[in-house]
Amino acid sequence: MSKILRQTGLTRHDYQVISDWIEPNSHIMDLGCGNGALLKHLQQEKNVTGYGVELDPTKIAQCIENGVNVIQTNLDKGLDHFNTDDFDYVILSLTLQAMRNPKALLQEMMRVGKQGIVTFPNFAYWRNRLQLGLGGYMPVSEELPHKWYDTPNIHLCTIKDFRALCEQLDFTIESSLAVHRTGRQGLSLKLMPNLFGEIALCRFSKNTIKYSA
Amino acid sequence: MNKPHSVGVVEPKIAHFDTPLELTSKSRLDQYQLAYETYGELNQDASNAVLICHALSSDHHAAGRHAGQKQPTGWWEALVGPGKPLDTNRFFIVCSNNLGGCSGSTGPSSNNPETGKPFGPDFPIVTVSDWVESQARLTDQLGIQQWAAVIGGSLGGMQVLQWSISFPERVRHAIVIASTAKLTAQNIGFNDVARQAIRTDPEFFDGNYYQHNTRPRRGLRVARMLGHITYLSDDSMAHKFGRSLQQKAKFDYEFTPEFEVESYLRYKGDQFVDRFDANTYLLMTKALDYFDPAADADGTLSGALSAASANFLVMSFTSDWRFSVERSREIVRALQSNKLNVSYAEIESPHGHDSFLLSIDHYVSVLRAYMNRIHSQLEHNNEASA
Repeated sequence: MSKILRQTGLTRHDYQVISDWIEPNSHIMDLGCGNGALLKHLQQEKNVTGYGVELDPTKIAQCIENGVNVIQTNLDKGLDHFNTDDFDYVILSLTLQAMRNPKALLQEMMRVGKQGIVTFPNFAYWRNRLQLGLGGYMPVSEELPHKWYDTPNIHLCTIKDFRALCEQLDFTIESSLAVHRTGRQGLSLKLMPNLFGEIALCRFSKNTIKYSA
Repeated sequence: MNKPHSVGVVEPKIAHFDTPLELTSKSRLDQYQLAYETYGELNQDASNAVLICHALSSDHHAAGRHAGQKQPTGWWEALVGPGKPLDTNRFFIVCSNNLGGCSGSTGPSSNNPETGKPFGPDFPIVTVSDWVESQARLTDQLGIQQWAAVIGGSLGGMQVLQWSISFPERVRHAIVIASTAKLTAQNIGFNDVARQAIRTDPEFFDGNYYQHNTRPRRGLRVARMLGHITYLSDDSMAHKFGRSLQQKAKFDYEFTPEFEVESYLRYKGDQFVDRFDANTYLLMTKALDYFDPAADADGTLSGALSAASANFLVMSFTSDWRFSVERSREIVRALQSNKLNVSYAEIESPHGHDSFLLSIDHYVSVLRAYMNRIHSQLEHNNEASA
């Protein structure tokens, strides 16, 4: 299990955070589900149903072998093939930054699902700042292992950026957490997540009470 | 694991049925027979059985060779056999010739017991539902309560869908490949051109050609040539033939076949005419046209599939324009609306509709993964009950 966890870039701790956010027996969609490890984890922990969405043919076969439903779809082409409000949660894990149109995808997530859960590498993590600010080079790290010229991560953002976009899209942030790759927790992460958080996890929903007055 | 190989020599079997079969068309068949083949061994609790449903022009001979043949001649040899995705070391695999066929099951070329002559045009029109009903009776005869999987491509995939709707409790997994939940106007148009080619052949004799010791060879040949074009893709034909000429460098400006593609299609047509009955071809194309489970339900496919409870695997091929990926997507969406377990793979392939017959890496790996999954569930259940 630990091996398939690592392939997705999330730690067991991150899985636990997401798992804690999710009501038992929910119907879930996991966008960019990789080999299906997160969904499998949630099936076991929370008895969820639902589907992974993935584009890579090799990973499709891995999902199936893992006992996870998977729908081969190119997320850059949107979620046209999915019904409105079909899902309790739509998860997008470490995939947002590789999307051609992240904003449109977030809106689509909120169309097909009641809540969204997004995880992304925080570009404002202090090591990234150090590499760019002092070193003068585009950051390369374990989370962002590619060089600028061959990276699939074309839309990197910071925790502050993401919050601003949620506000613009009229999403309510229900919970959020910044974590360190090692799973280490501490006051610094809580106080300055945008500086010390390596990965951000965020759960949000549609703002339904807006303009009620 | 041993290298995948062929099942070897197989022997077709015949199942007889004396209980009348009421057909969708309101006609009925008082008695009939189905030709079928089986590969592998049925386990003790009959839980490892897999049914293969065949497409328009194939039959019950899915794998292996018949006595006297040197090479495997099964139409799904690429996928069925020991160590192959449909692994005969693990599963008991059954494939039957559809009712109305011409390879051993009762059809238009069989003798009508009432007249002692071939049915010809008197053979009733059969639908996908009728096939599934007849296959269910074969299932009873074989002592199988529930199929571990029902699988099929194209018209075979329609039968899989119908199985999941007609007999939800008898299908554990449904594998629908390169198929559709209904034909488009374009599809029906192609089918009617094929039928017209056959029915306007002077040798057709209103379907009674058997009595005249002849067959509408030219019509059936044209029908097959047309069909064959639609099973390939523009790219695959361009790649295979381009504008190459047949054993010459320049045009002769005459009507003999000059382009390679012309002689290829004629050759394929002739091959087909030698083994296939024109009346069966007419029947099969009608069954394709009529299939529309949504119309039989509340008008929506999700309504039709609300009866289903199987786990699904749906696969399509990118260059298939006969039954495009969108058709498979519609099936997947309807299954999702019912919150059914479904996985969907869109296989990159240049080979058009016929891709489902071929051994394509991604296709094989997905199917293998899915069948592995079914097998490990079987093992798990056996351990639990032991």
